[in-house]
Amino acid sequence: MQTQRANSKKDLNKILSMSEKTAQELMSEAKEIFAKILPRASSLTPKERIAIPAQEMPSQDPHERRKNMSEVAIGYSPEQVRLEAMRCLQCKNAPCIKGCPVAINIPGFIQAAAEGDFQKSINIIKQNNVLPAICGRVCPQEEQCQTNCTVGKALKNKNLSVSIGRIERFVADWERENGKSESPEVLPETGKKVAIIGGGPAGITVAADVRRQGHAVTMLEAFHKPGGVMVYGIPEFRLPKKIVEQEINTLKNMGVNVETNFVVGRTRTLNDLLGKDGFDAIFIGTGAGLPKFMNIEGENLVGVFSANEYLTRSNLMRAFDPQAHTPIYPSQKVAVLGGGNVAMDAARTAVRLGAKEVHLIYRRTEVEMPARIEEVAHAKEEGIIFHLLTNVKRVLGNNDGRVQAVECLKYELGEPDASGRRRPVEIKGSEFMMDLDTVIVAIGNECNPLIKQTTPELSVNKWGNIIADDNGLTSMKKVYAGGDIVLGAATVILAMGQGRKAAESINAELKRNSSNDSQKQAS
Amino acid sequence: MSNQILQKKQLSDDVFQMRLSAPLIASERQPGQFIMLQVDALGERIPLTIADADEKQGTIDIIYQVVGKTTSLLSRLNVGDAILNLVGPLGKPTHIEQLGTVVCVGGGIGVAPMHPIAKAMKQKGNHVIIIVGARNEKLLILQDEMRAIADELIVCTDDGSAGRKGLVTQPLKEICERTPKPNLVLAIGPPIMMKFCAETTRPFQVPTVVSLNTIMVDGTGMCGGCRVSVGKEIKFVCVDGPEFDGHLVDFDNMMNRLKTYIPHERGAHDQCKLNAQIQKKI
Repeated sequence: MQTQRANSKKDLNKILSMSEKTAQELMSEAKEIFAKILPRASSLTPKERIAIPAQEMPSQDPHERRKNMSEVAIGYSPEQVRLEAMRCLQCKNAPCIKGCPVAINIPGFIQAAAEGDFQKSINIIKQNNVLPAICGRVCPQEEQCQTNCTVGKALKNKNLSVSIGRIERFVADWERENGKSESPEVLPETGKKVAIIGGGPAGITVAADVRRQGHAVTMLEAFHKPGGVMVYGIPEFRLPKKIVEQEINTLKNMGVNVETNFVVGRTRTLNDLLGKDGFDAIFIGTGAGLPKFMNIEGENLVGVFSANEYLTRSNLMRAFDPQAHTPIYPSQKVAVLGGGNVAMDAARTAVRLGAKEVHLIYRRTEVEMPARIEEVAHAKEEGIIFHLLTNVKRVLGNNDGRVQAVECLKYELGEPDASGRRRPVEIKGSEFMMDLDTVIVAIGNECNPLIKQTTPELSVNKWGNIIADDNGLTSMKKVYAGGDIVLGAATVILAMGQGRKAAESINAELKRNSSNDSQKQAS
Repeated sequence: MSNQILQKKQLSDDVFQMRLSAPLIASERQPGQFIMLQVDALGERIPLTIADADEKQGTIDIIYQVVGKTTSLLSRLNVGDAILNLVGPLGKPTHIEQLGTVVCVGGGIGVAPMHPIAKAMKQKGNHVIIIVGARNEKLLILQDEMRAIADELIVCTDDGSAGRKGLVTQPLKEICERTPKPNLVLAIGPPIMMKFCAETTRPFQVPTVVSLNTIMVDGTGMCGGCRVSVGKEIKFVCVDGPEFDGHLVDFDNMMNRLKTYIPHERGAHDQCKLNAQIQKKI
């Protein structure tokens, strides 16, 4: 599978990064093909469907976008989305659904999109996913729904699978841009109160699902803006903040009470929320917000930042905007350590903030990189210099205690480790120096300790993840948890998947409680 | 209205005291904790210590010195104005217990967060010696409040305009030389003062707790900007602190990290002052 990904990456380069077609060319090409196909659209054979060219994502020109924060991927044109949707074979066994953490009826929404009924398409998605415009942009589709797509398999290239995520994005954007978004229906008030701790993807999902059943929902967010990683972590050029804002507004319109600047564990303890404040259930979705460092020499020098800090300054605090007061380090030569989406985000942010050279240093090879393929391709297009099978051994400073260089070490791949990935082994004597002024560490996050510190009875594992059962229930009654605080650092969609399950359990528990209450009253 | 400024007092040239409406924070805060605030939508989030709180009235007091853009903007707000975002209480509270003799050293506006700690230590039955220091008499704050708590109060100024002439470390050393030695020293003030307080007590092996005020973005463990070396381990001031064993803190590194954005800040602050002057003229 790994080699397949490596091989297909070459094809991908053809599709994604090396494409010389502008957005306009892509769209007008699609228009022509679409006009030819449309008359026979309903009677296409599977062979003909597979022969429809996979639609590339129109993107901002790499040279232009290096200088701005606007979204890189422009989105399909209506013709492109219908063509891409027509590539779907409508498999009876729908292998795509099995890959989706929230089990969206994928063939259903794609068929509606192929027919041009975008309203129907988005309605189908929304039965299972409250954040389609976001998931269409940030889900690792190539590892999930698109990985088992029959079209990709027939073409022997996973990257030529139907672009499910891009179609999802299109119909979600279509709905929003045409003012068709409607708040989901909310059942009559039940008198039950639920607190959601953390306004990220898991919390938003639970808030929506629980509120729909008529329970009063209060979302408690530590920052001054809800949205979690979608606001502080993922940059504007990958996920415009107005989309996240809109999703939060939908929650507010449903009657969810959003309280910002509220740190559970400090402003209020978990037990006080249950006792003093009388919440009937609590969902903890506080995420994996405690950056890991490498414990190497020089890591506390001025100019070494966690990716969290660097990205929060730029995204949440808008340090890229000269009007904003929050400073961000003025970098010329930057090294980003890590190979995940956060590393790509940090590297690409540094480029946009004016760094002349940005190096990405990763211990394994590109095959093992956890980042989405599209992000890797975009990063390369934007001129990020990749150093694979390389790691930083120490950071060196000048007389002022500021970063001056890093000493690196080369690696080679050895035997597979516990994760099944081949273990990188250092090559003795391969040390070399790189002159730099900034190092951004993006090697992952640990669990935030605040709630645990003030709630000793809440069980956590040795990494500090809250232990929750299949229904999201923790070791404490009425307390549920999901997302990164349970999973360790993962993805938006997995957090949402866990949120859905927890919401179901919360709704079931509250229903049981209220029928018990009415029985008691009757007797 | 939450976050509203109820009182404002100028304590010296560039030191201000504000009473803010913050019922949630007032009810939960304990000595040693801090808040973060953002003055307006374009503003930076900065940590400030809590000088005092009144749970019944639902208010907290902050005392701050104008040193950068945010504190400068804050100082220009008046009674009735509200601070856009205010979050807390953050950080671990001070461990208050009956130890015997406790020396509280407050330097500059470090006297403000020391006040509730000294008060709690006194209430717990400790013999509380308070040393306060400032550059000159004008910069001394909370004299009466500290005098009311202290079993012994020692005032030091750099220029001798009030109390003893000299640094707080001199009386601190004398107290450490007494028999019996003090049981605990708490020091809050400029990093250089805390560093030398720790150096002063080290030969006497008197446990010394310092409260650090580092660069932070969120104050909840997320950014890691506040990290310090404590006994060669990386600690986050916001969630592991703000109080640490002064004998283990790498102060030189911490002071250096505080200078991360200095060129930027100086520019921003100067611009801010300039704008204020222009406004005045208009």
